[in-house]
Amino acid sequence: MAITSIKNLKEFSTANDRFEGAHLLCPGCAHSMIVRELLNCTNDNLVIASATGCLEVCTAVYPYTSWDTSWIHIGFENSATAVTGAEAMYKARKRKGTLKNPDAPVKFVAFGGDGATYDIGFQWLSGAVERGHDFTYICLDNEVYANTGGQRSSSTPIGASSTTAPAGRVSYGKKENKKDIVSIMAANGASYVAQVAPNKWKNMAQAFQKALSTEGPCFINAMSACTTEWKFDPKDTINISDLATDSLVFPLYEIVDGHELNITYRPKNIIPVKDYLAAQGRFRHLFKPENAHILEEWQKRVDANWERLQRREEARV
Amino acid sequence: MSNGNVLGNEKRGMVELGAEKKVGWDEVTHGAVLYSFEDDATDVSFRKAEDRNYAQFSSYVATVASWRTIKPVYNRDICIDCQNCWVFCPDVSIISRDKQMLGIDYDHCKGCGVCVEVCPTNPKSLLMFAEAQNLEDALASWPEKKKKEEK
Ligand code: SF4
Ligand code: SF4
Repeated sequence: MAITSIKNLKEFSTANDRFEGAHLLCPGCAHSMIVRELLNCTNDNLVIASATGCLEVCTAVYPYTSWDTSWIHIGFENSATAVTGAEAMYKARKRKGTLKNPDAPVKFVAFGGDGATYDIGFQWLSGAVERGHDFTYICLDNEVYANTGGQRSSSTPIGASSTTAPAGRVSYGKKENKKDIVSIMAANGASYVAQVAPNKWKNMAQAFQKALSTEGPCFINAMSACTTEWKFDPKDTINISDLATDSLVFPLYEIVDGHELNITYRPKNIIPVKDYLAAQGRFRHLFKPENAHILEEWQKRVDANWERLQRREEARV
Repeated sequence: MSNGNVLGNEKRGMVELGAEKKVGWDEVTHGAVLYSFEDDATDVSFRKAEDRNYAQFSSYVATVASWRTIKPVYNRDICIDCQNCWVFCPDVSIISRDKQMLGIDYDHCKGCGVCVEVCPTNPKSLLMFAEAQNLEDALASWPEKKKKEEK
């Protein structure tokens, strides 16, 4: 009863949306595709906290809310803390028998962007996972501080142009590599971690359902293509996401209990990384001759990461 | 809880919308509670939008139609009810009931065009037209089946 059946898309489309339209996210924003799907893949009551960021500012603009669930906006840093506080109180009241409706299934979910997750809320998230709360944290990873004007975060990949690491005559954009948050969270002791992307809707729904039904802290990094900061046409959100998963820039996999790594999507035809990069304005400058070495490095890194994931899947360590 | 208003609690200094008494910005308690429904929301995941009692604070009752310069038009004759458009629409604007695509919610659609991109039929069952285009003319001008779809 807790989890809706998702055999196929037709079945899934009978879900009753608990995320409402007329939120103010950009046209074509992947955030709402991801959030909608999380709310649609379960019938359980949800207690949700959103960190400051695009999702929060665009879904609760006074006097409107787009949430049909319990929802709280908290600081930039502490959506994990807020929701695990609620979870702790829920458990305590259940124990004391002071819950009005103790048998109703409740799940605790926190959302944060990559700014809130990789940077500002990092230690709070780490603490919440370490304390072992029963909650699911979902990072809407658009690789940039999109809400405040496109500043680089520690999720921004190498070579991307952002307002605080702009590409120009002397710079090719961000110099540092993207932080591997999925590995970090697995090492942090999360019971279940996964990387998902909205174009693979079924894969994503399965990861969400696993996370919600796993006891203990779960972490999901959801690729969220950003039409505004990645600079592509709003209609292409799913096309760009396809390029990301099929070039293995965003490989889809899960890690259970910190060691059991499963690759959950293997592209039939792996496409070159430069096809993914070329589709976005934030990487346009990489196609100048003087930046050819960055393109090469990109491909090498993506290949090496894919190799690493496959070996870990085999090794089960 | 049932009146759907911003928690109108005088003691805590909260503003009640439409209340006689105006409260200054410095008297307002930080934080606001917005109720999505006029009534109990516990079984809301088992109810369709039309069977819910939305409060005036749910964005469901608001519209973003003015954002659009182009709009998707739906052609029932070609549609295979695959629900791709439903799952990917970021604005909850594809109306599906009982596994059937019924049409577009033009109050909430922002005209992004994602639904057209993901529609697999040939020709597509959804196409973008100018916002001002009337639906009959749009449907009358629907393209024929293409031999090979360029992507
Ligand atoms: S144009 Fe965009 S918002 Fe409108 S129905 Fe299609 S996918 Fe949804
Ligand atoms: S994507 Fe196209 S074929 Fe599929 S349900 Fe939507 S309109 Fe119909």
